[in-house]
Amino acid sequence: MTEVGKARKRKEDARLLTGRTQWTDNLRQPGMLHVMFLRSPMAHARITGVDVSAARDLPGVVAAFSGQDFAAEQGSLPCAWPVSEDIVIPDHPPMAVSEVRYVGEAVACVVATDRYLAADALEAIEVDYEPLPAVLDMNEALAPDSPKVHEAGNQAFTVKITSGDVEAAFRDAPVVIDRTYIQQRLIPSAMEPRSVLATTDGDSFTLWSATQIPHVLRVMLAVVTGIPEHKIRVIAPDVGGGFGSKLQVTAEEVLCLLLTKRLGKPVKWTESRSEGNLTVHHGRDQIQHLRLAAEADGRIRGLQVELLADMGAYLMLVTPGVPLLGASMFNGIYKMDAYEFGCTGVFTTKMPTDAYRGAGRPEATYGIERMMDELAAELRLDPLEVRRRNWIKHEEFPFTTISGLTYDSGNYEAATDKAMALFGYDKLRAEQADRRDRGDPVQLGIGVSTFTEMCGLAPSRMLGAANYGAGGWEHGSVRMLPTGKVEVVTGSSPHGQGHVTAWSQITSDALGVPFEDITVLHGDTAIAPRGMDTYGSRSLTVGGIAVLKACDKVKDKARKLASHMLECSPDDLDFAEGVFKVKGTDSQKSIQELAYAAFTAHDLPEGVEARLDSDATFDPENYSFPHGTHLCAVEVDTETGMAKIRSYVAVDDVGKVVNPLIVEGQIHGGIAQGVAQALYEEAVYDAEGNLLTTTMADYLLPTAMDLPDFVTDRTETPATSNPLGAKGVGEAGTIASTPAVVNAIVDALRPRGVHDIQMPCTPERIWRALR
Amino acid sequence: MIPAQFDYVRAGSLGEAVQELAADEDAKVLAGGQSLLPLLRLRLAYPSKLVDVGRLPELTGVHDRGDHVFIGAMATHDEVMRSGVVNADCPLVALTTTKVADPAVRHRGTFGGSLAHCDPAGDLPAVVLALEGVFVTRSPEGEREIPAAEFFVDYLESALRPGEILVGVRIPKLGAGWGYHYEKFHRTAQSWAIVGVAAAVKRSNGAIEEARIGLTNMGPTPVRARAVETALRGVQLGDQVRQACEEAAADTSPPSDLHAQPDYRRHLARVLTHRAILNAAGSP
Ligand SMILES: Cc1cc2nc3c(=O)[nH]c(=O)nc-3n(C[C@H](O)[C@H](O)[C@H](O)COP(=O)(O)OP(=O)(O)OC[C@H]3O[C@@H](n4cnc5c(N)ncnc54)[C@H](O)[C@@H]3O)c2cc1C
Repeated sequence: MTEVGKARKRKEDARLLTGRTQWTDNLRQPGMLHVMFLRSPMAHARITGVDVSAARDLPGVVAAFSGQDFAAEQGSLPCAWPVSEDIVIPDHPPMAVSEVRYVGEAVACVVATDRYLAADALEAIEVDYEPLPAVLDMNEALAPDSPKVHEAGNQAFTVKITSGDVEAAFRDAPVVIDRTYIQQRLIPSAMEPRSVLATTDGDSFTLWSATQIPHVLRVMLAVVTGIPEHKIRVIAPDVGGGFGSKLQVTAEEVLCLLLTKRLGKPVKWTESRSEGNLTVHHGRDQIQHLRLAAEADGRIRGLQVELLADMGAYLMLVTPGVPLLGASMFNGIYKMDAYEFGCTGVFTTKMPTDAYRGAGRPEATYGIERMMDELAAELRLDPLEVRRRNWIKHEEFPFTTISGLTYDSGNYEAATDKAMALFGYDKLRAEQADRRDRGDPVQLGIGVSTFTEMCGLAPSRMLGAANYGAGGWEHGSVRMLPTGKVEVVTGSSPHGQGHVTAWSQITSDALGVPFEDITVLHGDTAIAPRGMDTYGSRSLTVGGIAVLKACDKVKDKARKLASHMLECSPDDLDFAEGVFKVKGTDSQKSIQELAYAAFTAHDLPEGVEARLDSDATFDPENYSFPHGTHLCAVEVDTETGMAKIRSYVAVDDVGKVVNPLIVEGQIHGGIAQGVAQALYEEAVYDAEGNLLTTTMADYLLPTAMDLPDFVTDRTETPATSNPLGAKGVGEAGTIASTPAVVNAIVDALRPRGVHDIQMPCTPERIWRALR
Repeated sequence: MIPAQFDYVRAGSLGEAVQELAADEDAKVLAGGQSLLPLLRLRLAYPSKLVDVGRLPELTGVHDRGDHVFIGAMATHDEVMRSGVVNADCPLVALTTTKVADPAVRHRGTFGGSLAHCDPAGDLPAVVLALEGVFVTRSPEGEREIPAAEFFVDYLESALRPGEILVGVRIPKLGAGWGYHYEKFHRTAQSWAIVGVAAAVKRSNGAIEEARIGLTNMGPTPVRARAVETALRGVQLGDQVRQACEEAAADTSPPSDLHAQPDYRRHLARVLTHRAILNAAGSP
């Protein structure tokens, strides 16, 4: 049976597509009440009074509370990543008590018998605010006379990392490129809005949430609320996408738990899309100052990175860690002698930022890939040629980079050659030259992105070294049932990725049981009690490997049992297609028969316990480093400024592929999301700190109609850090595509003196750049 | 995204609908709900009552009436864009309707609703203005006709009086020799026009005999590009057309919003009008 590598359709899909789903908002509990939150209309203000009494008197309203009513009990939302000695982690009450610091922060709540009555009652709550100055611009926030977001000031932390002699690299460098790029603020837009349902039997609590992290959430809810961890069960039922936005411990989760505790009734909260745009943590938002020193032939001497990273008003679960995930990625796939990374986290009166697909790595990749194009332009070299002169050659792996990571494997030459051929690189360059000569109002640009990224988060010892508050292992259990079917339990928490299918494929090959005979359980701390959840392209390379290890243990036990039953030495047994066979004989036992024998336990060998099952954890020794070459051709209408993608080629190397269909889906979705940053998405706050992009009419997301057919292909250079040779794929497309698109737009306009367009590259921005 | 409380009635007849509206000044007509319900859900509107006119026979269907086509207010976008009469006799309406939103919205949203709503970013108002449609209404005072030039009063404000219902719109047939085009400029397929240009052009002997141009989102109401229409009269296709289109933004007051600043919209109006005219003049 070779299931691994097969383009299996996903086991999950029939149920999801026919609506037989268990989204949190679909769930009901007897006597369930509905919660709605009143949210601050002010970016920054002192709360001088909250009066909920009129709301309490309305029909259907069961209770109404202000932040003050929970002040003693609600704790502070956690930040698990104190990245530096100087970090300031401000108190973050789930419901504001004395001060609000962004528009949308919860100040009060209503619990009613239905959502409609709760929404009406919100309008009866009176809040007195004493306005305080909004703090919106990172540079201004750091000025000594700036109004403060928190008493301790607007600087959240500073980090500096240096490797090699940076001064020497820049001294007398023949070429120095100096650029500032802006990573605009983005709103992760998972298809399923957030939703929470909490209930209690008076002693213990169950919380369903549209979360990526049921296990982390359980621990954190216990820490924040003081409810003992063993009294809390967290369930992530069907979850419709997250992209990092559901890698969070939210105010609403904490408050629903506390409300059910106080009222003794089940309570549910589901956000609206506009509420989500305001209060789902945002992504990106950096100002990147980059300096690159190079030789006249294009070889890089050194790179200096100075970031301002907008934290928003508070530090949430991994807020300060996000820019630092890029710290060792700005050097990309390139060799250099010196590197310096500096980052200042800045508080502003906006929604906090946190992980969003790629978290830190898209920002870094954008920076270096844009700079490589600028270097090529400066030296009048083809952008791929400059990259060739600098990248790590395939025979140089494993390679320790200037920022200290060891890339285990890769083949940038192979991916690039394949991509160029599929793209028709030379032909498009010829067409570009022709259009330039003719002065065609529609100019052609070609964008290159030869990226890598670190994912498969993460080796626990490396997380420890980075002062992260948890480990990076994953857990898996494999249980052979008496009838020969298999239950796999995983600590990964899928929310659209297709783990049930992929884990079935891995298990099928490992145990020799049919794909159909395997079920995968996940996302419930009572059913899958051990886990570190799903984010950072970690599930296959960590969680999938844990399952593989558990299968190996099951096989070892089965071998012992088979040798006992077949009266031979374990070494005399061959295992293939689920059957143990005594070498050179017809004597055999199938793994299903062994599972039954282990269940009855009538005749087990010394030291072998009943049942054929096993647990394993896997802690990777290194990150995984997928890479690839993405090429994008863009047509820019110079009369209107409209940029349109004409063709897009992505050759990705994600190591060993378990399911090509799933990989393809991840790459497609990833590219779309990266293109969206380049062309469409931007969270905009006005001068008073109001979010203007609260609906999808204003926060533009592309659909299939706006995207070209992606041409995708692969090279397969196995990872050496796990037995499958797999690398993460969940974020690769997003990381690669943003610079590919912007490089193409700038390439189209370079003869007109343009060397940057700020993202999103709207037609208006392009038009203004051309004037 | 939960509306405040409101009452709902489904009118059994046009007379009943008119009465329901007349009886309550905070009542509103509900057509496809594609513009009204978002306003309610965002709590930007608090009507006391919605009067559903969805099933009234007087408001439905598309009818060939000889020199004009009568499009019932409740005809959905999807119905309009597939209608044989509309495609044959007012093809600019059919073409533009295919560019409204997406299939889901087009199956619910109505021709009348998108005109009565008076959203200057809507695509159809500029078309009906350019084609000089006539709005037919009903109120307690009886039936009334309102020429398109008087219908669009201000941002989200029509000439409809309280209690007055739009029954349908007469679109005059242009006859032979006309070409048409709608040039919609928007960032994603499903988003509203930043600027749109509706053009109908009559050619004779290679020259432009007459041009009608309506602009979307170039002010609080749709506007006619009168200066361009005049400048184009009698012009041969060529450089002079471009020159005439330089007047496209004259007397407009385009909005400033997240999607564009006024100077950029003016620029777009000029470029897109030129494109629309060339296209219209080239099409049969
Ligand atoms: C996602 C989305 C995208 C869209 N994109 C576009 C687009 O690109 N271009 C575009 O042009 N439109 C767009 N629309 C709007 C769409 O065309 C709507 O259908 C239209 O604006 C309103 O029509 P309706 O039938 O839904 O009217 P409703 O929403 O029911 O009513 C709108 C207003 O008109 C009034 N009204 C309706 N019918 C009558 C009547 N017979 N008499 C008196 N008053 C009446 C109502 O009281 C209300 O004030 C979009 C809508 C959505 C939801």
